Amino acid sequence: MREINIKEIIDTVERLCIEANQHLPEDVRAALCAFRAREDGQIACGVLDNIIENYGIADRECVPICQDTGMACVFLEIGQDLHITGGSLTEAVDEGVRRGYQNGYLRKSVVADPIRRGNTGDNTPAMLYTEIVPGDRLKITVAPKGFGSENMSMIRMFKPSAGLEGIKDFILETVETAGPNPCPPMVVGVGIGGTFDKCALLAKKALLRPLDSHHPDPYYAELECEMLEKINALGIGPQGFGGRTTAIGLNIESLPTHIAGMPCAVNINCHVTRHKTEVL
Amino acid sequence: MEKHITLPLTEELAMSLHAGDTVYLTGTVYTSRDAGHKRMCEALARGEQLPFDPTDATIYYVGPTPAKPGQVIGSAGPTTSGRMDAYAPTMMRVGARGMIGKGARLPEVVEAMKQYHGVYFGAIGGAGALLSKCIRKAELIAYEDLGAEALRRLYVEDMPLVVIIDCEGNNLYQIGRARYLSEHKEEVRND
Repeated sequence: MREINIKEIIDTVERLCIEANQHLPEDVRAALCAFRAREDGQIACGVLDNIIENYGIADRECVPICQDTGMACVFLEIGQDLHITGGSLTEAVDEGVRRGYQNGYLRKSVVADPIRRGNTGDNTPAMLYTEIVPGDRLKITVAPKGFGSENMSMIRMFKPSAGLEGIKDFILETVETAGPNPCPPMVVGVGIGGTFDKCALLAKKALLRPLDSHHPDPYYAELECEMLEKINALGIGPQGFGGRTTAIGLNIESLPTHIAGMPCAVNINCHVTRHKTEVL
Repeated sequence: MEKHITLPLTEELAMSLHAGDTVYLTGTVYTSRDAGHKRMCEALARGEQLPFDPTDATIYYVGPTPAKPGQVIGSAGPTTSGRMDAYAPTMMRVGARGMIGKGARLPEVVEAMKQYHGVYFGAIGGAGALLSKCIRKAELIAYEDLGAEALRRLYVEDMPLVVIIDCEGNNLYQIGRARYLSEHKEEVRND
């Protein structure tokens, strides 16, 4: 049986935390640039130019793209034929986050208790998701998530009778309510189906998918295009100052659900949609 | 309009600014977010002084990343201003006039801005690396235990901002969107 020592996991998580915060995925940058080419308002173009310049500075100087370096969402796909040695996997991930946020000069933005507050001082704990998959590899994805956009996300448990129109209206309503708050242009992650909790996770996972990809089912792929177009007809624009570019991408993930339900979750991200993956 | 302005933000200067103006700001600003505002407002309620003179002051809603060796400050873009809405009228009542952040404000904040001649500036959310370049000096002045949320005095030079809400209550979020939609009526039929 293949073995991986937790030391390797700690080092990888540390590095991914730092790199994800400094270097934007190429598909996100490319999408932003493509929308800039189509924007025409003076203020809107100025904002998008500054955003592109900011990506460049962060990338070249290895500094965080945004000061909200987020909660560290960590996704592990663990091969079922893999044996992890040397200690606790969960503690290893937290140690990687601790080191990454300390050594990478990233902001510590986590409080120990949601009501009583109090900063944990090291950005732990990570929001950890594990999935058992075939094989003997370990796929690690770190996605730092800022809360200006997280706070504007919504979930709703629809009656099936609400149908496709209900879903469409809800996506638009969520984006419209978010308005200027989540630093538009946004990236929109939509989860449809599953249970209450799975649906929210689908929406988060949708934010990890490249913006130049589509849902494998043409029905949802078309819905992705239609909703992105509708969002960009709202006129909210870059930073909410008015314009064509309200969102630079919309991804949908779906799952089977119960005969009585039709859950839909909309996870909003800003244009700094960060994630970095490594396979051990 | 593009304007270069120097702080402090006097009443006269505030009244010369209009929603939609692009502004390059130079001078001293103070940083504070949720936890710092809560403390300042609690201090005021006890009749205590603030850690800085609020007269004509400008507050930047930001929690920067730690500075790397050789840096004045880490990445330093704006945070969502709405979380300071509960405190902003109190801050304006004691003399603070400028606010730098991003996102919508409540009607009671806009009312206080009209009453005290306050100005709400927008910095670009998600451009923290770029904005840090305008910050020439950074000094911790209070609430060190709050970490990223501690109170800092910054000296900024030509910080690129947009006036979102002016002291007459005009709001770029409404004006800008309405203008875009009226200029693009043909394209944006949303069936």
